[in-house]
Amino acid sequence: MSSNNDSISKTLIVVISLCLVCAIVVSTAAVQLRPQQNQNKLLDSQINILRAVGLVEGAASPEMVVETFNKHIETKLVDLNTGEFVERDPATFDYRKALKDPEQSKALEDGNDVASIRRITELAPVYLAYDEQRNLTAFVIPVHGYGLWSTMHAFLAIETDGNTIIGLNYYEQGETPGLGGEIENPRWKAQFDGKKLVNDAGEVALEVKKPGNADPDSPYEVDGLSGATLTANGVQNTFTFWIGENGFGPFLAKVRQGALTNG
Amino acid sequence: MANAKEIKTVLFGPIFANNPIALQVLGICSALAVTTKMDKALVMCIALTFVTAFSNLFISTIRNHIPSSVRIIVQMTIIASLVIVVDQFLKAYAYDVAKELSVFVGLIITNCIVMGRAEAYAMKSSPGMSFLDGIGNGLGYSVVLMVVAFIRELGGSGSVFGVQIMPLISEGGWYQPIGLLLMPPSAFIIIACFIWILRTYRPEQIEKA
Repeated sequence: MSSNNDSISKTLIVVISLCLVCAIVVSTAAVQLRPQQNQNKLLDSQINILRAVGLVEGAASPEMVVETFNKHIETKLVDLNTGEFVERDPATFDYRKALKDPEQSKALEDGNDVASIRRITELAPVYLAYDEQRNLTAFVIPVHGYGLWSTMHAFLAIETDGNTIIGLNYYEQGETPGLGGEIENPRWKAQFDGKKLVNDAGEVALEVKKPGNADPDSPYEVDGLSGATLTANGVQNTFTFWIGENGFGPFLAKVRQGALTNG
Repeated sequence: MANAKEIKTVLFGPIFANNPIALQVLGICSALAVTTKMDKALVMCIALTFVTAFSNLFISTIRNHIPSSVRIIVQMTIIASLVIVVDQFLKAYAYDVAKELSVFVGLIITNCIVMGRAEAYAMKSSPGMSFLDGIGNGLGYSVVLMVVAFIRELGGSGSVFGVQIMPLISEGGWYQPIGLLLMPPSAFIIIACFIWILRTYRPEQIEKA
Protein backbone atom coordinates (compact mmCIF):
# COMPACT_ATOMS: atom_id res chain seq x y z
CA MET A 1 0.00 0.00 0.00
CA SER A 2 2.57 2.53 1.10
CA SER A 3 4.98 1.86 -1.76
CA ASN A 4 2.05 2.30 -4.13
CA ASN A 5 1.22 5.60 -2.42
CA ASP A 6 4.62 6.99 -3.20
CA SER A 7 4.42 6.53 -6.95
CA ILE A 8 4.56 9.80 -8.86
CA SER A 9 1.08 9.43 -10.35
CA LYS A 10 -0.54 8.64 -6.98
CA THR A 11 1.26 11.54 -5.34
CA LEU A 12 0.11 13.94 -8.04
CA ILE A 13 -3.49 12.68 -7.91
CA VAL A 14 -3.70 12.97 -4.13
CA VAL A 15 -2.08 16.40 -4.01
CA ILE A 16 -4.08 17.89 -6.88
CA SER A 17 -7.44 16.58 -5.71
CA LEU A 18 -6.72 17.69 -2.16
CA CYS A 19 -5.84 21.18 -3.38
CA LEU A 20 -9.01 21.33 -5.46
CA VAL A 21 -11.22 20.31 -2.55
CA CYS A 22 -9.52 22.75 -0.18
CA ALA A 23 -9.68 25.57 -2.72
CA ILE A 24 -13.40 25.03 -3.23
CA VAL A 25 -14.09 24.93 0.51
CA VAL A 26 -12.04 28.05 1.21
CA SER A 27 -13.44 30.10 -1.66
CA THR A 28 -17.03 29.06 -0.88
CA ALA A 29 -16.61 30.19 2.70
CA ALA A 30 -15.03 33.46 1.62
CA VAL A 31 -17.68 34.28 -0.99
CA GLN A 32 -20.67 33.20 1.10
CA LEU A 33 -19.60 35.17 4.15
CA ARG A 34 -18.49 38.33 2.36
CA PRO A 35 -21.82 40.26 2.57
CA GLN A 36 -21.95 39.70 6.33
CA GLN A 37 -18.31 40.75 6.68
CA ASN A 38 -18.84 43.90 4.61
CA GLN A 39 -21.84 44.76 6.76
CA ASN A 40 -19.63 44.39 9.83
CA LYS A 41 -16.94 46.58 8.28
CA LEU A 42 -19.39 49.35 7.42
CA LEU A 43 -20.87 49.24 10.89
CA ASP A 44 -17.39 49.23 12.34
CA SER A 45 -16.31 52.31 10.41
CA GLN A 46 -19.54 54.11 11.39
CA ILE A 47 -19.09 53.34 15.08
CA ASN A 48 -15.46 54.42 14.90
CA ILE A 49 -16.38 57.75 13.31
CA LEU A 50 -18.97 58.25 16.06
CA ARG A 51 -16.39 57.34 18.71
CA ALA A 52 -13.89 59.82 17.29
CA VAL A 53 -16.37 62.70 17.69
CA GLY A 54 -17.52 61.32 21.04
CA LEU A 55 -21.13 60.59 20.03
CA VAL A 56 -20.74 56.97 21.11
CA GLU A 57 -18.72 55.77 24.10
CA GLY A 58 -17.78 52.13 24.39
CA ALA A 59 -20.11 49.54 22.90
CA ALA A 60 -23.41 50.19 21.13
CA SER A 61 -26.03 48.09 19.41
CA PRO A 62 -25.95 48.01 15.58
CA GLU A 63 -29.38 49.68 15.33
CA MET A 64 -28.25 52.52 17.59
CA VAL A 65 -25.07 53.05 15.58
CA VAL A 66 -26.94 53.28 12.27
CA GLU A 67 -29.55 55.60 13.78
CA THR A 68 -27.04 57.94 15.42
CA PHE A 69 -24.88 57.96 12.33
CA ASN A 70 -27.75 58.85 10.01
CA LYS A 71 -28.98 61.53 12.39
CA HIS A 72 -25.72 63.28 13.24
CA ILE A 73 -23.25 62.58 10.47
CA GLU A 74 -23.21 63.81 6.92
CA THR A 75 -20.63 62.39 4.52
CA LYS A 76 -19.12 64.68 1.90
CA LEU A 77 -16.32 64.27 -0.56
CA VAL A 78 -13.40 66.67 -0.71
CA ASP A 79 -10.96 67.25 -3.55
CA LEU A 80 -7.63 66.94 -1.74
CA ASN A 81 -5.79 69.18 -4.24
CA THR A 82 -8.09 72.17 -3.97
CA GLY A 83 -9.65 71.51 -0.58
CA GLU A 84 -13.13 72.14 -2.04
CA PHE A 85 -16.18 69.96 -1.54
CA VAL A 86 -17.16 67.94 -4.60
CA GLU A 87 -20.75 67.39 -5.65
CA ARG A 88 -20.88 63.63 -5.88
CA ASP A 89 -22.90 61.06 -4.01
CA PRO A 90 -20.54 59.72 -1.31
CA ALA A 91 -22.41 56.40 -1.36
CA THR A 92 -20.90 55.72 -4.78
CA PHE A 93 -17.37 56.25 -3.50
CA ASP A 94 -15.34 53.52 -1.83
CA TYR A 95 -12.31 55.21 -0.27
CA ARG A 96 -10.35 52.04 0.45
CA LYS A 97 -10.91 50.79 -3.09
CA ALA A 98 -10.01 54.18 -4.58
CA LEU A 99 -6.69 54.10 -2.75
CA LYS A 100 -5.70 51.04 -4.77
CA ASP A 101 -7.29 52.08 -8.07
CA PRO A 102 -4.76 53.68 -10.45
CA GLU A 103 -7.52 55.76 -12.06
CA GLN A 104 -8.67 57.35 -8.84
CA SER A 105 -5.35 57.71 -7.10
CA LYS A 106 -1.83 58.75 -7.88
CA ALA A 107 1.51 57.46 -6.70
CA LEU A 108 3.41 59.64 -4.26
CA GLU A 109 6.97 60.61 -5.03
CA ASP A 110 9.57 59.31 -2.59
CA GLY A 111 10.23 62.64 -0.92
CA ASN A 112 6.53 63.36 -0.40
CA ASP A 113 5.55 59.96 0.93
CA VAL A 114 6.14 60.83 4.57
CA ALA A 115 3.69 58.26 5.97
CA SER A 116 4.82 55.45 3.58
CA ILE A 117 1.36 55.01 2.08
CA ARG A 118 2.54 54.98 -1.56
CA ARG A 119 -0.69 56.22 -3.13
CA ILE A 120 -3.13 59.02 -2.45
CA THR A 121 -6.58 59.60 -3.87
CA GLU A 122 -7.88 62.76 -5.48
CA LEU A 123 -11.07 62.57 -3.46
CA ALA A 124 -11.41 61.73 0.21
CA PRO A 125 -14.45 61.50 2.47
CA VAL A 126 -15.03 64.00 5.25
CA TYR A 127 -17.69 63.32 7.87
CA LEU A 128 -19.51 66.38 9.16
CA ALA A 129 -20.97 66.05 12.65
CA TYR A 130 -24.08 67.99 13.66
CA ASP A 131 -25.70 68.41 17.07
CA GLU A 132 -29.43 68.06 17.84
CA GLN A 133 -30.16 71.57 16.46
CA ARG A 134 -28.38 70.74 13.18
CA ASN A 135 -25.46 73.05 14.04
CA LEU A 136 -22.13 71.87 12.71
CA THR A 137 -19.96 70.93 15.69
CA ALA A 138 -17.02 69.07 14.21
CA PHE A 139 -15.74 67.11 11.27
CA VAL A 140 -13.90 63.83 10.95
CA ILE A 141 -11.14 62.98 8.48
CA PRO A 142 -9.77 59.50 7.78
CA VAL A 143 -5.98 59.20 8.09
CA HIS A 144 -3.59 56.33 7.74
CA GLY A 145 0.13 55.72 7.84
CA TYR A 146 2.66 52.96 8.17
CA GLY A 147 3.89 52.05 11.63
CA LEU A 148 6.29 49.21 12.35
CA TRP A 149 4.48 46.27 10.75
CA SER A 150 1.25 47.57 9.39
CA THR A 151 -0.76 50.41 7.98
CA MET A 152 -2.56 52.05 10.88
CA HIS A 153 -5.97 53.54 10.14
CA ALA A 154 -7.58 56.21 12.26
CA PHE A 155 -10.36 58.77 12.30
CA LEU A 156 -9.42 62.23 13.46
CA ALA A 157 -12.20 64.48 14.74
CA ILE A 158 -11.46 68.20 14.54
CA GLU A 159 -13.39 71.24 15.75
CA THR A 160 -14.87 73.65 13.22
CA ASP A 161 -11.86 75.95 13.76
CA GLY A 162 -9.93 73.39 11.69
CA ASN A 163 -7.19 73.13 14.28
CA THR A 164 -8.33 71.72 17.63
CA ILE A 165 -8.50 67.93 17.94
CA ILE A 166 -11.66 66.54 19.50
CA GLY A 167 -10.67 62.93 19.31
CA LEU A 168 -8.31 60.54 17.61
CA ASN A 169 -9.52 57.01 17.09
CA TYR A 170 -7.15 54.33 15.83
CA TYR A 171 -9.35 51.44 14.81
CA GLU A 172 -7.33 49.21 12.52
CA GLN A 173 -3.70 48.28 12.94
CA GLY A 174 -1.45 45.26 13.14
CA GLU A 175 1.22 46.60 15.46
CA THR A 176 2.77 44.44 18.20
CA PRO A 177 0.01 43.65 20.71
CA GLY A 178 0.76 45.23 24.08
CA LEU A 179 3.40 47.59 22.68
CA GLY A 180 2.59 49.40 19.43
CA GLY A 181 -0.91 47.96 19.61
CA GLU A 182 -1.49 50.32 22.52
CA ILE A 183 -2.30 53.09 20.03
CA GLU A 184 -5.81 51.66 20.32
CA ASN A 185 -5.75 52.17 24.08
CA PRO A 186 -8.40 54.80 24.95
CA ARG A 187 -6.14 56.35 27.58
CA TRP A 188 -3.38 56.94 25.05
CA LYS A 189 -5.79 58.27 22.45
CA ALA A 190 -7.32 60.63 25.03
CA GLN A 191 -4.05 62.61 25.18
CA PHE A 192 -4.83 64.07 21.78
CA ASP A 193 -8.07 65.69 22.91
CA GLY A 194 -7.76 69.48 22.79
CA LYS A 195 -4.32 69.50 21.14
CA LYS A 196 -3.70 71.79 18.16
CA LEU A 197 -2.64 70.53 14.76
CA VAL A 198 -0.81 73.57 13.39
CA ASN A 199 0.91 76.62 14.85
CA ASP A 200 0.13 80.27 14.11
CA ALA A 201 2.21 80.12 10.92
CA GLY A 202 0.07 77.25 9.64
CA GLU A 203 2.83 74.64 9.91
CA VAL A 204 2.19 71.16 11.28
CA ALA A 205 3.13 71.47 14.94
CA LEU A 206 1.64 68.41 16.60
CA GLU A 207 4.50 66.34 17.97
CA VAL A 208 4.65 62.80 19.34
CA LYS A 209 7.47 62.98 21.88
CA LYS A 210 9.42 60.22 23.59
CA PRO A 211 7.26 58.75 26.40
CA GLY A 212 7.24 61.03 29.44
CA ASN A 213 8.84 63.94 27.60
CA ALA A 214 5.69 65.69 26.46
CA ASP A 215 4.99 68.98 28.19
CA PRO A 216 1.38 68.69 29.42
CA ASP A 217 0.95 72.47 29.08
CA SER A 218 2.02 72.51 25.46
CA PRO A 219 -0.89 72.52 23.04
CA TYR A 220 1.14 70.51 20.52
CA GLU A 221 2.94 67.73 22.41
CA VAL A 222 1.76 64.22 23.22
CA ASP A 223 3.59 61.26 24.75
CA GLY A 224 4.69 58.38 22.55
CA LEU A 225 4.52 54.77 23.62
CA SER A 226 7.27 53.04 25.54
CA GLY A 227 8.67 50.07 23.67
CA ALA A 228 7.07 51.27 20.45
CA THR A 229 9.27 54.02 19.07
CA LEU A 230 8.70 53.05 15.44
CA THR A 231 4.93 52.89 15.88
CA ALA A 232 4.99 56.33 17.51
CA ASN A 233 7.12 57.62 14.62
CA GLY A 234 4.48 56.23 12.28
CA VAL A 235 1.80 58.15 14.14
CA GLN A 236 3.90 61.32 13.85
CA ASN A 237 4.40 60.70 10.12
CA THR A 238 0.68 60.11 9.66
CA PHE A 239 -0.04 63.53 11.16
CA THR A 240 2.77 65.23 9.28
CA PHE A 241 1.48 63.87 5.99
CA TRP A 242 -2.28 64.22 6.35
CA ILE A 243 -2.26 67.66 7.97
CA GLY A 244 0.35 68.77 5.45
CA GLU A 245 0.12 70.08 1.92
CA ASN A 246 -0.30 66.69 0.20
CA GLY A 247 -2.99 65.45 2.57
CA PHE A 248 -5.89 67.42 3.98
CA GLY A 249 -3.75 70.60 4.25
CA PRO A 250 -5.61 72.64 1.59
CA PHE A 251 -8.99 71.61 3.02
CA LEU A 252 -7.96 72.37 6.60
CA ALA A 253 -6.58 75.76 5.54
CA LYS A 254 -9.96 76.62 4.02
CA VAL A 255 -11.72 75.44 7.19
CA ARG A 256 -9.45 77.66 9.29
CA GLN A 257 -10.50 80.60 7.13
CA GLY A 258 -14.09 79.76 8.00
CA ALA A 259 -15.22 77.63 5.06
CA LEU A 260 -17.45 75.51 7.27
CA THR A 261 -18.71 78.15 9.70
CA ASN A 262 -19.55 80.91 7.22
CA GLY A 263 -21.26 78.80 4.68
CA MET B 1 -14.66 1.58 17.14
CA ALA B 2 -12.78 1.42 20.40
CA ASN B 3 -14.32 0.66 23.78
CA ALA B 4 -15.57 3.22 26.27
CA LYS B 5 -12.44 3.20 28.40
CA GLU B 6 -10.18 4.00 25.46
CA ILE B 7 -12.51 6.79 24.33
CA LYS B 8 -12.32 8.26 27.82
CA THR B 9 -8.53 8.15 27.82
CA VAL B 10 -8.29 9.77 24.41
CA LEU B 11 -10.86 12.44 25.17
CA PHE B 12 -10.03 13.39 28.76
CA GLY B 13 -6.45 12.20 29.03
CA PRO B 14 -5.01 15.37 27.46
CA ILE B 15 -6.66 17.57 30.09
CA PHE B 16 -4.37 16.66 33.00
CA ALA B 17 -2.60 13.37 32.39
CA ASN B 18 -1.15 14.28 29.01
CA ASN B 19 -1.78 18.00 28.67
CA PRO B 20 -0.40 19.39 25.39
CA ILE B 21 0.84 22.58 27.01
CA ALA B 22 1.86 21.36 30.46
CA LEU B 23 3.43 18.03 29.55
CA GLN B 24 4.23 18.23 25.86
CA VAL B 25 4.91 22.00 26.07
CA LEU B 26 3.42 22.56 22.62
CA GLY B 27 1.55 25.61 21.39
CA ILE B 28 2.58 27.98 24.14
CA CYS B 29 3.14 30.91 21.76
CA SER B 30 -0.58 31.64 21.47
CA ALA B 31 -0.97 30.90 25.17
CA LEU B 32 1.21 33.96 25.79
CA ALA B 33 -0.47 36.20 23.25
CA VAL B 34 -4.21 35.80 23.65
CA THR B 35 -4.64 35.35 27.39
CA THR B 36 -5.00 38.94 28.56
CA LYS B 37 -8.81 38.75 28.33
CA MET B 38 -10.97 35.71 28.99
CA ASP B 39 -13.42 36.27 26.12
CA LYS B 40 -10.54 36.48 23.65
CA ALA B 41 -9.00 33.33 25.10
CA LEU B 42 -12.33 31.48 24.93
CA VAL B 43 -12.83 32.24 21.24
CA MET B 44 -9.25 31.17 20.59
CA CYS B 45 -9.85 27.89 22.48
CA ILE B 46 -12.99 27.13 20.48
CA ALA B 47 -11.23 27.94 17.21
CA LEU B 48 -8.23 25.78 18.05
CA THR B 49 -10.36 22.85 19.29
CA PHE B 50 -12.40 23.01 16.10
CA VAL B 51 -9.32 23.07 13.88
CA THR B 52 -7.52 20.28 15.77
CA ALA B 53 -10.60 18.04 15.81
CA PHE B 54 -11.46 18.44 12.14
CA SER B 55 -7.89 18.40 10.83
CA ASN B 56 -7.39 15.15 12.77
CA LEU B 57 -10.63 13.79 11.32
CA PHE B 58 -9.84 14.64 7.70
CA ILE B 59 -6.19 13.64 7.88
CA SER B 60 -7.11 10.34 9.48
CA THR B 61 -9.79 9.71 6.84
CA ILE B 62 -7.29 9.97 3.99
CA ARG B 63 -4.26 8.71 5.95
CA ASN B 64 -3.97 5.55 3.86
CA HIS B 65 -3.72 7.57 0.67
CA ILE B 66 -1.26 10.24 1.77
CA PRO B 67 2.10 9.72 0.06
CA SER B 68 4.69 9.80 2.84
CA SER B 69 7.02 12.03 0.80
CA VAL B 70 4.52 14.92 0.86
CA ARG B 71 2.61 14.13 4.05
CA ILE B 72 3.60 17.26 5.96
CA ILE B 73 2.48 19.57 3.16
CA VAL B 74 -0.77 17.61 2.80
CA GLN B 75 -1.42 18.08 6.52
CA MET B 76 -0.58 21.76 6.26
CA THR B 77 -2.99 22.25 3.35
CA ILE B 78 -5.85 20.72 5.31
CA ILE B 79 -5.01 22.65 8.47
CA ALA B 80 -4.55 25.95 6.60
CA SER B 81 -7.90 25.55 4.81
CA LEU B 82 -9.68 24.90 8.09
CA VAL B 83 -8.03 27.89 9.72
CA ILE B 84 -9.06 30.19 6.86
CA VAL B 85 -12.65 28.96 7.11
CA VAL B 86 -12.64 29.58 10.87
CA ASP B 87 -11.12 33.03 10.34
CA GLN B 88 -13.79 33.93 7.77
CA PHE B 89 -16.54 32.76 10.12
CA LEU B 90 -15.17 34.80 13.00
CA LYS B 91 -14.93 37.90 10.80
CA ALA B 92 -18.56 37.43 9.78
CA TYR B 93 -20.12 36.55 13.13
CA ALA B 94 -17.75 37.71 15.87
CA TYR B 95 -16.20 40.75 14.25
CA ASP B 96 -14.98 42.52 17.39
CA VAL B 97 -13.23 39.49 18.84
CA ALA B 98 -11.84 38.58 15.41
CA LYS B 99 -10.34 42.06 15.16
CA GLU B 100 -8.70 41.75 18.56
CA LEU B 101 -7.37 38.28 17.82
CA SER B 102 -6.14 39.61 14.45
CA VAL B 103 -3.21 37.47 13.30
CA PHE B 104 -3.46 34.90 16.04
CA VAL B 105 -6.35 33.05 14.42
CA GLY B 106 -4.25 32.74 11.28
CA LEU B 107 -1.34 31.59 13.40
CA ILE B 108 -3.29 28.51 14.50
CA ILE B 109 -1.81 27.09 11.28
CA THR B 110 1.60 27.09 12.90
CA ASN B 111 0.34 26.00 16.31
CA CYS B 112 2.38 22.96 17.22
CA ILE B 113 -0.56 21.17 18.82
CA VAL B 114 -2.47 20.89 15.53
CA MET B 115 0.54 19.67 13.54
CA GLY B 116 1.74 17.52 16.43
CA ARG B 117 -1.55 15.67 16.81
CA ALA B 118 -1.96 15.25 13.06
CA GLU B 119 1.49 13.73 12.73
CA ALA B 120 1.59 11.76 15.97
CA TYR B 121 -1.98 10.48 16.23
CA ALA B 122 -4.19 11.04 13.19
CA MET B 123 -1.73 9.44 10.75
CA LYS B 124 -1.99 6.15 12.69
CA SER B 125 -5.54 6.05 14.07
CA SER B 126 -9.12 5.71 12.92
CA PRO B 127 -11.08 8.86 12.01
CA GLY B 128 -13.47 8.64 14.98
CA MET B 129 -10.70 8.29 17.54
CA SER B 130 -8.64 11.00 15.85
CA PHE B 131 -11.58 13.38 16.04
CA LEU B 132 -11.93 12.67 19.78
CA ASP B 133 -8.18 13.06 20.21
CA GLY B 134 -8.43 16.49 18.56
CA ILE B 135 -11.25 17.53 20.88
CA GLY B 136 -9.36 16.17 23.88
CA ASN B 137 -6.20 18.06 23.05
CA GLY B 138 -8.25 21.17 22.30
CA LEU B 139 -9.77 20.82 25.76
CA GLY B 140 -6.35 20.37 27.35
CA TYR B 141 -5.15 23.54 25.62
CA SER B 142 -8.37 25.33 26.63
CA VAL B 143 -8.03 24.43 30.32
CA VAL B 144 -4.54 25.93 30.51
CA LEU B 145 -5.52 28.97 28.44
CA MET B 146 -8.60 29.72 30.50
CA VAL B 147 -6.71 29.34 33.80
CA VAL B 148 -3.97 31.68 32.55
CA ALA B 149 -6.51 34.14 31.14
CA PHE B 150 -8.50 34.08 34.40
CA ILE B 151 -5.44 34.95 36.48
CA ARG B 152 -4.22 37.57 33.99
CA GLU B 153 -7.55 39.30 33.52
CA LEU B 154 -8.46 39.26 37.22
CA GLY B 155 -5.03 40.47 38.33
CA GLY B 156 -4.29 42.75 35.41
CA SER B 157 -7.67 44.38 34.82
CA GLY B 158 -9.68 43.39 37.89
CA SER B 159 -12.38 41.78 35.76
CA VAL B 160 -13.64 38.35 34.65
CA PHE B 161 -15.09 38.05 31.13
CA GLY B 162 -15.11 41.86 31.01
CA VAL B 163 -17.28 42.13 34.15
CA GLN B 164 -15.54 44.32 36.72
CA ILE B 165 -14.98 42.30 39.93
CA MET B 166 -12.48 44.56 41.63
CA PRO B 167 -12.94 48.28 40.84
CA LEU B 168 -9.69 49.90 39.72
CA ILE B 169 -8.10 52.86 41.48
CA SER B 170 -7.99 54.74 38.18
CA GLU B 171 -11.79 54.45 38.04
CA GLY B 172 -12.38 55.36 41.68
CA GLY B 173 -12.12 51.87 43.18
CA TRP B 174 -9.51 50.31 45.45
CA TYR B 175 -7.65 47.83 43.26
CA GLN B 176 -4.23 48.65 41.85
CA PRO B 177 -3.85 46.34 38.84
CA ILE B 178 -0.66 44.32 38.44
CA GLY B 179 0.78 45.65 35.19
CA LEU B 180 3.10 42.68 34.72
CA LEU B 181 0.12 40.37 34.25
CA LEU B 182 -0.85 42.23 31.07
CA MET B 183 2.59 41.61 29.61
CA PRO B 184 3.34 38.35 27.77
CA PRO B 185 6.08 37.17 30.20
CA SER B 186 3.52 36.77 32.97
CA ALA B 187 1.92 33.92 31.00
CA PHE B 188 5.25 32.09 31.13
CA ILE B 189 5.31 32.43 34.90
CA ILE B 190 1.70 31.29 35.28
CA ILE B 191 2.16 28.32 32.95
CA ALA B 192 5.30 27.37 34.87
CA CYS B 193 3.34 27.46 38.15
CA PHE B 194 0.58 25.39 36.50
CA ILE B 195 3.14 22.77 35.47
CA TRP B 196 4.72 22.85 38.93
CA ILE B 197 1.39 22.23 40.70
CA LEU B 198 0.39 19.57 38.17
CA ARG B 199 3.65 17.70 38.62
CA THR B 200 3.44 17.91 42.39
CA TYR B 201 0.19 15.97 42.22
CA ARG B 202 1.34 13.72 39.38
CA PRO B 203 5.01 12.98 40.06
CA GLU B 204 5.08 10.52 37.12
CA GLN B 205 5.12 13.55 34.77
CA ILE B 206 8.53 14.69 36.00
CA GLU B 207 11.18 13.98 33.39
CA LYS B 208 14.19 12.00 34.59
CA ALA B 209 17.22 14.22 34.97
